[in-house]
Amino acid sequence: MTGDLDDLDYLDGNAAAGPLSEFFAIDVVSARGRCAHCGRTDALATARVYPNSHGLLLRCPGCTEILLRLVDAGDRVCLDLQGLSFVELRRH
Amino acid sequence: MKTGWNVAEVIEVTQETRTARTLRLRLPGLAGHRAGQHVDVRLSAPDGYTAVRSYSVASASPGDELDLTVEELADGEVSPYLVRQVAVGDQLEVRGPVGGWFVWDPADPSPVQLIAGGSGVVPLMAMLRAHTAAAGSASPGGAAPFRLLYSVRGPDAVYYGAELDDLARLPLVDVTVVYTREAPAGSNEPPRRLDAATLVRSTLPAADNPAVFVCGATAFVETVADWLVQAGHSPARIKTERYGGTGTRP
Amino acid sequence: MGIVSPGFFGRPRRDDPGLPPGQYLTEGFPVLSAGPTPRIDPDEWEFTITTETGQVHRWSWTEFLALKQDDVSTDIHCVTSWSKLGTSWRGVSLDTLFESVESDCEFTMAHSYGGYTTNVPLDDLLGGKAWIAHEFDGEALEPAHGGPARLLVPHLYFWKSAKWVRGLEMLRQDEPGFWESNGYHMYGDPWREERYW
Ligand SMILES: Cc1cc2nc3c(=O)[nH]c(=O)nc-3n(C[C@H](O)[C@H](O)[C@H](O)COP(=O)(O)OP(=O)(O)OC[C@H]3O[C@@H](n4cnc5c(N)ncnc54)[C@H](O)[C@@H]3O)c2cc1C
Ligand SMILES: [Zn+2]
Repeated sequence: MTGDLDDLDYLDGNAAAGPLSEFFAIDVVSARGRCAHCGRTDALATARVYPNSHGLLLRCPGCTEILLRLVDAGDRVCLDLQGLSFVELRRH
Repeated sequence: MKTGWNVAEVIEVTQETRTARTLRLRLPGLAGHRAGQHVDVRLSAPDGYTAVRSYSVASASPGDELDLTVEELADGEVSPYLVRQVAVGDQLEVRGPVGGWFVWDPADPSPVQLIAGGSGVVPLMAMLRAHTAAAGSASPGGAAPFRLLYSVRGPDAVYYGAELDDLARLPLVDVTVVYTREAPAGSNEPPRRLDAATLVRSTLPAADNPAVFVCGATAFVETVADWLVQAGHSPARIKTERYGGTGTRP
Repeated sequence: MGIVSPGFFGRPRRDDPGLPPGQYLTEGFPVLSAGPTPRIDPDEWEFTITTETGQVHRWSWTEFLALKQDDVSTDIHCVTSWSKLGTSWRGVSLDTLFESVESDCEFTMAHSYGGYTTNVPLDDLLGGKAWIAHEFDGEALEPAHGGPARLLVPHLYFWKSAKWVRGLEMLRQDEPGFWESNGYHMYGDPWREERYW
């Protein structure tokens, strides 16, 4: 294991399913997304969630760059998807 | 799936251990959920302050009821409220059930290995319950072997004890409990932390290519997932659910 | 707003004249983790101020420590609702760092190791209101709290006090930083509860 304990202070992408469900009609954490920085493409559930920040951050497990960030401002929710260059949904 | 925030009613509370309680909620309009999913619970103070936390669903029933089991963290903001204060008839705001990744699919015939640290047993219990239900139907997953490795402080910290004993008697189910601080009375095995060798000995071999679900405090999940990969499991077969809390390794 | 949870009050909040509205008091020092903690070797550390003409003022760790040091006692207020009163810091005042800097700009963007940015008007950095701090409570600032050095602008919400700060860029016009571009207030005065846009 590398790094300090505070570097372990993240959850699985799955934990972002609730906040993201307000934006997407399907379960987007099961969708595959491509990191705009390094190109890694995998289910968003395999990314790292930092929930204790000023907002929710989803980071690429490959390069640690930010895939998306979400800020809940009470009467509004803001979602920035700059770090995702592609998303693929599976129809069931 | 129900979207946005909805109001659920607490219809039953059960003391699970000295520090954990199971809340049964009714969420009108809900038509079942997938085993392994969680809900977000939102508490609101009179001055408008809100706190949101995630809780896995322990039950696997098809209707509009959900069981949550919450462990009280002494210095926590939300868990003491859910464990001590909430009463039958109270309303709670919930979002979900959500999460389509950390779920067991009854159509999947793969053998399944579940690994829980403490309260991480909650979504894995939903999978065991769904497996039992599937075994009585024609779903392929109902015929799959299911193993649970459950790491827990001591015998009085075990959730769903009697039900796990019953499940362990089923031909396809195997339950191993590792006691880390206090062994059961009369046991000749001393309490010990879970280690890589014990993990390998008490789980399905990598050669069986099982679907593996690991859940618990973040440090527990991190360590166990590393051990599994070292033991030859494909990272693509290991699904993890970190609960937070960086302090406790196995 | 949803239903009120009977008997739930969140972290105990009390009326303290030092507490801005909506804040609760904490004795600890919560770490808001937004990603892996950058580890910066002081030998590689530098702090820069870059003006609109492209001129770069640069301090190495040794040069920075040789500047006049201030001991600061102040209250800090995090937008996630905790406040900590009477914290003690040691660092270099931005007044000291700006002594040799020529610029007509009224705005700045703080840049950090790890990529974080936050915008602060120049007026809020000068006049004994802001520091580059490298000690907390008499000890070297821990990496988790922004060490080797962080910006300290205690009269604004603490997200403006950029951890792992590496430089300030002078701007003619105000521009949003990392959180300001996604929901957070451009200025962030805790006494006016300027949390979000
Ligand atoms: C997807 C998901 C599902 C979850 N399911 C369950 C569940 O079924 N049952 C359950 O009891 N919890 C579950 N959790 C954890 C739960 O969401 C809360 O984190 C937990 O109840 C603590 O909240 P709190 O407000 O009481 O503590 P906080 O006020 O948030 O934290 C208090 C202190 O405890 C530490 N801490 C936070 N979380 C943990 C933890 N999990 N273990 C150890 N220390 C911790 C914090 O670092 C802090 O120091 C789940 C988390 C996730 C992400
Ligand atoms: Zn990447």
